[in-house]
Amino acid sequence: MIFSLIILIVLVLLLLAAAIYAVMQKDLLYATIATGVISLILSILFFIMQAPDVALTEAAIGIALTTIIFVFAIRHTSRREDEILIHEESEAQTLDNKENM
Amino acid sequence: MKKVLVILMLAVIGYSLGTSFSTIKFGENRIGDPKEEKNVAAYYLNRTPDELSVANVITAIVVNYRGFDTLGEVSVLFLAATGLGSILYRRRKKGEHPEVITKPASQLLQSGSKLIYPAILVLGAYVFIHGHLTPGGGFQGGAIIATGLLLMMMAYKDFEIRHNVLTWVESIAGITFVSLGLTGLIYGKTFLENFLPTGNINDVVSGGIIPIIYIAVGFKVAAELAGVLETLLSNKEND
Amino acid sequence: MSSIDYNQIMSIGIYGSAIGLILIGLYAVLMKKHLTKIVIGLSIIDAGIHLLFVAIGYIDNGTAPIFSPKGLEMMAAGKTMVDPVPQALVLTAIVIGFGVTAVALSLVIRLYRHNKTARIDQIKSLKW
Repeated sequence: MIFSLIILIVLVLLLLAAAIYAVMQKDLLYATIATGVISLILSILFFIMQAPDVALTEAAIGIALTTIIFVFAIRHTSRREDEILIHEESEAQTLDNKENM
Repeated sequence: MKKVLVILMLAVIGYSLGTSFSTIKFGENRIGDPKEEKNVAAYYLNRTPDELSVANVITAIVVNYRGFDTLGEVSVLFLAATGLGSILYRRRKKGEHPEVITKPASQLLQSGSKLIYPAILVLGAYVFIHGHLTPGGGFQGGAIIATGLLLMMMAYKDFEIRHNVLTWVESIAGITFVSLGLTGLIYGKTFLENFLPTGNINDVVSGGIIPIIYIAVGFKVAAELAGVLETLLSNKEND
Repeated sequence: MSSIDYNQIMSIGIYGSAIGLILIGLYAVLMKKHLTKIVIGLSIIDAGIHLLFVAIGYIDNGTAPIFSPKGLEMMAAGKTMVDPVPQALVLTAIVIGFGVTAVALSLVIRLYRHNKTARIDQIKSLKW
């Protein structure tokens, strides 16, 4: 009884830690892997609550396919979150604006 | 300023959700005895082994009792795949084959994926054929098959899935689903009614039209997900 | 006394983590500026809602709702089955959540191709 309680508390803490890491991290590839970890722990929790169909669906769709779609979206856009676009012709003006802000 | 307001709003939402869900006791038995059908869950649990001879209650709910919602879900997936293909459309020059990967993968990936690819296909087919006996079904099996196809697409340079084949498989599976429903309308009284004889429970051939519908759904989901993945892979970057 | 504490801790743990996931995802949708991060927040909100639904249908000392030979002998021994209706709803919801994420990401890619940036405070022009 105590053992299953300890496992449950560890899983819940890992879930919240992975969610906070996925939101706070600036490098988007690491955030995608954290979303995959959230799906993995969610699948284990579904199995503990006696729902094997839902656990299979979450494992097949959430871990493999959602992660790979995010990786392809990152490949076609930028990888880091704080990339700022600087135009070539008005570079001095953009830096002046950033200092004034 | 915006950050303070957002955190205040999140605290209010969290408090209201927390107090309203603390009145629902976790793990309380609200179904009662399945023999006296006081609510919907007891009705489904009582009728499934006798009327339909299907072992998996979730499959019976998804395909038979709420089969119309499954038709809607399959069409939502179809719309998503079509929308993705039309938003990311590129006009290709004639005869140009889109390259998925530029340099070949390592030797470990190539030989390993050639060994494991038939096993993944057989596992996916097993999951959606036995959907009415064990946990599983059309959506899970289709996702497993799409993941196997993705593995081959990433390991080999010249592994291509022709869009024609995917379109034909998807269309035939969708037509099978709808025509089975219409046949139920002609022979019985309602759309998607079970008109084939149901056998014994825990047999492979049992449950009327439920295994046939799930096989059609499995093929359709596999073809759609493979099409989505191929659209995303074969777009050249920085173009 | 110990059984009441166990149920209390489990209910706080699972309901609290589901509501926590919804709030964290909502924070990411409201405060972040990069479009891919907003779509990640949307996916986290979906995960929280699915956990909340399946947690409502759980029954103490229940077993999975499948009438296999092992399940039939468990029913004869007096165990009850968990609620099957929320599980059927969540099955559909997971697949549709994946479809929504795929279409949202395709819109992000299309926007990046036109504006060369994916941050919403850098896109200045209103027309395409």
